[in-house]
Amino acid sequence: MELLVASAVGILTAAGIYLILRRRSFPVILGLSLITYAVNVFLFATGRLATAAPPILNKYEEVAYTDPLPQALVLTAIVISFGMTAVVVMIALGAYLSSRDDSTAMPVETEGAGDDA
Amino acid sequence: MDHLLIAPVVLPALVAPFIIMAVRHHLDLQRIFSLASVVLLAAVSLTLAAQALDGTVKVYELGDWPAPFGIVLVLDRLSAMMIVLTSLLALPVLLYAIGSGWDTRGANFHALFQFQLMGIMGAFLTGDAFNLFVFFEVLLIASYGLMIHSGGTRRFQAGVQYVVFNLLGSTLFLFALGTLYSVTGTLNMADLAVKVAQIPAEDTALLRVGAVMLLLVFAIKASLLPLHFWLPSAYANAPMPVAALFAIMTKVGAYSILRIYTLIFGPEVQATAGLTEAWLLPAALLTLGAGAIGVLGSKKLGRLAAFGAIASMGTLLIAISLFTQTAAAAALYYLVHSTLAAALLFLVADLVMERQGPWILPQLPMPQTGLISALFFAAAIALAGMPPLSGFLGKLLVLDATRGVDLAPWIWAVILLGSLITIIGMARAGSLLFWKGHGLPPEDADTSAEPPVDTLPARPAQLPFVACFGLLGGLIALTVFAGPATRYAEATAAQLFTPTAYIETVLGRTAE
Repeated sequence: MELLVASAVGILTAAGIYLILRRRSFPVILGLSLITYAVNVFLFATGRLATAAPPILNKYEEVAYTDPLPQALVLTAIVISFGMTAVVVMIALGAYLSSRDDSTAMPVETEGAGDDA
Repeated sequence: MDHLLIAPVVLPALVAPFIIMAVRHHLDLQRIFSLASVVLLAAVSLTLAAQALDGTVKVYELGDWPAPFGIVLVLDRLSAMMIVLTSLLALPVLLYAIGSGWDTRGANFHALFQFQLMGIMGAFLTGDAFNLFVFFEVLLIASYGLMIHSGGTRRFQAGVQYVVFNLLGSTLFLFALGTLYSVTGTLNMADLAVKVAQIPAEDTALLRVGAVMLLLVFAIKASLLPLHFWLPSAYANAPMPVAALFAIMTKVGAYSILRIYTLIFGPEVQATAGLTEAWLLPAALLTLGAGAIGVLGSKKLGRLAAFGAIASMGTLLIAISLFTQTAAAAALYYLVHSTLAAALLFLVADLVMERQGPWILPQLPMPQTGLISALFFAAAIALAGMPPLSGFLGKLLVLDATRGVDLAPWIWAVILLGSLITIIGMARAGSLLFWKGHGLPPEDADTSAEPPVDTLPARPAQLPFVACFGLLGGLIALTVFAGPATRYAEATAAQLFTPTAYIETVLGRTAE
């Protein structure tokens, strides 16, 4: 299971970075989502991997339990990354609609022309 | 428990939704509430600073949960200084935004401004590494909104870059926190400090990875050289009052480096010894160089100010990367100075851009040209670190702190040359903008100088000057009261480098 989780995190991150380097809004957003999935899985694994163990302590019997804190962290991270993805989608959409170009690189500007400051 | 400690976070967090929900259609009411909130914030932070003045560490346990389990806010000299600086910066910036009418050019400026303040205040006060991440996100998500405030193609394009870069930084932050948690089993900073010091030798590899990733995250925020690419286009294309507020955001990165790498991965910790010193200093030197050259090469006023901010971050990070007590004291003094100076430069840049457009070209004299050029001159000598303003004293302190460091000649050379190049760049921009135009025939000027797209606001434009002179007054006060200011900085540095009191208070070892 460790191998599976570790390779999943690695592959998701690698794919995400590849997509971000494409420098077009849609692949970039997709890449960012992949990386956030990777980081969520990674965070989840930081409390050590255990199957079928409850995330609570039972004081009456000796049962194995899994660390609940990473799950709380992941929950926060998921909420934040959802919000951030929504923001980046809106901003990328705004940039695309006003420039008709989905490149995330800044275009070269010439002196005295086309400024909207 | 004294509930005043959480007020800097709660107050803007309450005012912002109130502005959105109750008074969103009343601009004057929005302005009144926003200003009142900032004034109140300043009062609260000054009160808190007075409490932290004698070196006591105050802890606020959220939900009354004890420290390693619950979330804590911690007030010591450093965080007190940072929240005072934030609120004293926010006041003139907000006055400027109101006076120049920037807050009317898009929706929800004041609410986003308050959320931004909430994030910054929280980041300075929190004593929990994961909460630091959460407050980073709060301040970032507000800054995304502020950055694209009032729209425009280039602003959106720069905004996409800014958001993507910072989202990558945030995921890296989570990776770093996950790594640290998997090694230590805690994310409370004081608890981390205890755990890291007693980590077994075989686990240090993972810990070092986590420490370096965390440093990378803060380096992104502080725009350290290889990771600074987001800053020039983001700050240059953001509305200038927003960029002036952002002057404190790079300092959040510097603050975090200072806090984490003295408290948790301090110079004496075996596990991470030599990690930060190895490349933080060279990177900081390069940052200063790149910033200075960028100032010289900028063709637009916004970029000039942005590179000026990068150069000042370079000087600040040089002082931080030495990790000695005297250097940290110099860094703290310079931090206050560079925040005010960079904000002043951004505001003056906006005064010019409102009248003449963003390009640094010879142009006809603009309205109020004398006053604006005087302000530009003051901002330029402040940022370049020329006497008589506090930048000079700050740089002297930094240079003085390099005694006994191997790379001291390099540091001296880079700081002095960087100041020289910066002042040349500023002089070039100033003479092009304010002097060359006097010799231009009017029709020639009309073809080269585009009229500003936005017409000047109808209201009397006194408030922007009040704001600029407020910031300049802050710089002058920092110069005049350099003695008390450096004494406070030295006391703060001393507190930073003896973190036992911090750790014991947070973990409740010396139970009250």
